[in-house]
Amino acid sequence: MVINTDSLTFNFGRQTVVKSLSLQVPEKSIYGFLGPNGAGKTTTIKLLLNLLKTQQGSISVFGKELQHNRIDILSQIGSLIEQPALYLHLSGRENLLNRALLLQISAKRVDEMLSLVHLSDAANKKAGQYSLGMKQRLGIALALLSDPKLLILDEPTNGLDPNGIIEVRELLIKLVTQHEKTVFVSSHLLAEVERMATHVGIINHGELLFQGSIKDLEALSQPLVQIEIENTADAANFLKRNDFTVTDADEHHIFVPFTTKEQMGRINALLNKNGYAVYSIRKQQKDLEKLFLSITQNN
Amino acid sequence: MKGFILSFRSEFYKTRKTMGFWSAVILPLLLCLLLFIGFYTHADKLAHQPGMMLWIQFSGAILGVMGSLLLPMLIIFIAYSVNSIEHKADTWKTLFSLPISKLSVYAAKYLYALFLVFLCLLLFVLFTLAFGNLLGVLKPELKFSEYSIVSALVQIYIKFFLSSLGILSIQFLLSLLMQDFLKPMGIGFVSTITGVILASNNWKYAYLFPYSHPMLALRALGNGKAKGPAMPHLTVNMFTSETWVSLAVAVGVFIAGYFIVLRKSVK
Repeated sequence: MVINTDSLTFNFGRQTVVKSLSLQVPEKSIYGFLGPNGAGKTTTIKLLLNLLKTQQGSISVFGKELQHNRIDILSQIGSLIEQPALYLHLSGRENLLNRALLLQISAKRVDEMLSLVHLSDAANKKAGQYSLGMKQRLGIALALLSDPKLLILDEPTNGLDPNGIIEVRELLIKLVTQHEKTVFVSSHLLAEVERMATHVGIINHGELLFQGSIKDLEALSQPLVQIEIENTADAANFLKRNDFTVTDADEHHIFVPFTTKEQMGRINALLNKNGYAVYSIRKQQKDLEKLFLSITQNN
Repeated sequence: MKGFILSFRSEFYKTRKTMGFWSAVILPLLLCLLLFIGFYTHADKLAHQPGMMLWIQFSGAILGVMGSLLLPMLIIFIAYSVNSIEHKADTWKTLFSLPISKLSVYAAKYLYALFLVFLCLLLFVLFTLAFGNLLGVLKPELKFSEYSIVSALVQIYIKFFLSSLGILSIQFLLSLLMQDFLKPMGIGFVSTITGVILASNNWKYAYLFPYSHPMLALRALGNGKAKGPAMPHLTVNMFTSETWVSLAVAVGVFIAGYFIVLRKSVK
């Protein structure tokens, strides 16, 4: 495990922001840390970076205890917390050069990073004049500058346009698959995490509600048979009369819990035989968005 | 140590294009230049003065303001500017998640502020001497060359520097902890006025109040007449009680500040 926390608890005054959190982030994974705004994601990240002192529980990173190996561990982490922290009076390149100076990294690497995040043309423009998306990309470049083994990114696609989101996603996937990095990325958007994460942790009100691989998460959701058909109301009633459970019906589709492929075939044949034209019929995983809501709301 | 040097260099890199840095250079240049112009245009009125008096008038114009208001305000501004650069950019979290010890980051920032104060005072000395001598060359009737004020001037500025340490530590910590400009500025300003009032009223315990120190430092400039009337010279009583208080406050507040930084959660 690259990150391993054991019953991590953190209070701001009387309010418990993180409750007994036990995170397990495997090596070479993209770990999507999901939760609505205010769930405790940023607090957890600050604890992982030792910006907040651990009150209860323990954190180990790369198998080492964080408090006592702070500098050693931090030297292998690149991070982006909340909105990127940039010196607005310095240019994009100067922001990177300053960090390179602190970390003793060559200026050549700075230019590589600039082209990686497509900021070469704007490198000499002041960061204060950057758009939100450009700032975010510069923040990602800063996080990647030291070529860290572990990247901790807090909502890295905030403020990016769809193109930018896709680029960041592909970059992160590439880092993990080709360069053997581990990425810990927080988000409040499931759809975004779903597209790149290999592992997921879902947090709400400071509590970890789910943790596991993306397949485990999908397995939690019960698949449905989605039938596209004309006159859905009549068809739904017809299926009910024939002892099928209909979970949902809208203008275009009706949904029946999936049991077997044969069941799908029977439904199809039954509807067609009785004069209902079936336009399409397919097995569908429960929408992760709905699953996410049901996990976070039930607790 | 490496972390400290890297942090210190980074402080320079970050601030070299800001007002915080340039004010330390431009302020002495501007004030000395103004004085130069004043003396140059009124050379005829000053021509009868002996060299020593010319130097005392020339440097004293700045020293007087320096002791009462200029030095404390300069310190308040410098302490604010080196910290505000992080507050504004929201970069405390990045600074403290670098693989550099918190002590190095904190000490480098503090010593950089100290360096700026030092640089500013050094430039005051250099520009005062340079412009004074330039006046003597351009207007030979001004007998600047008659007298050398170098040693006294250097001493009084060193004295100023030592007396500024206490204020600097306090203002540095205030600016580190408080995000907005007005609080440290307001506290500093009120304390400075208080300090001037205390010192100018010769309050017995003024030496215990750091903001009185620059004013008291100015008092240390005495007129030693031991060596006969032909060549009087100025002396500076370097280590007086307020100097020790200033140093003690600086060390105490610096250490306290470090423990506050260690314990402080980075928002």
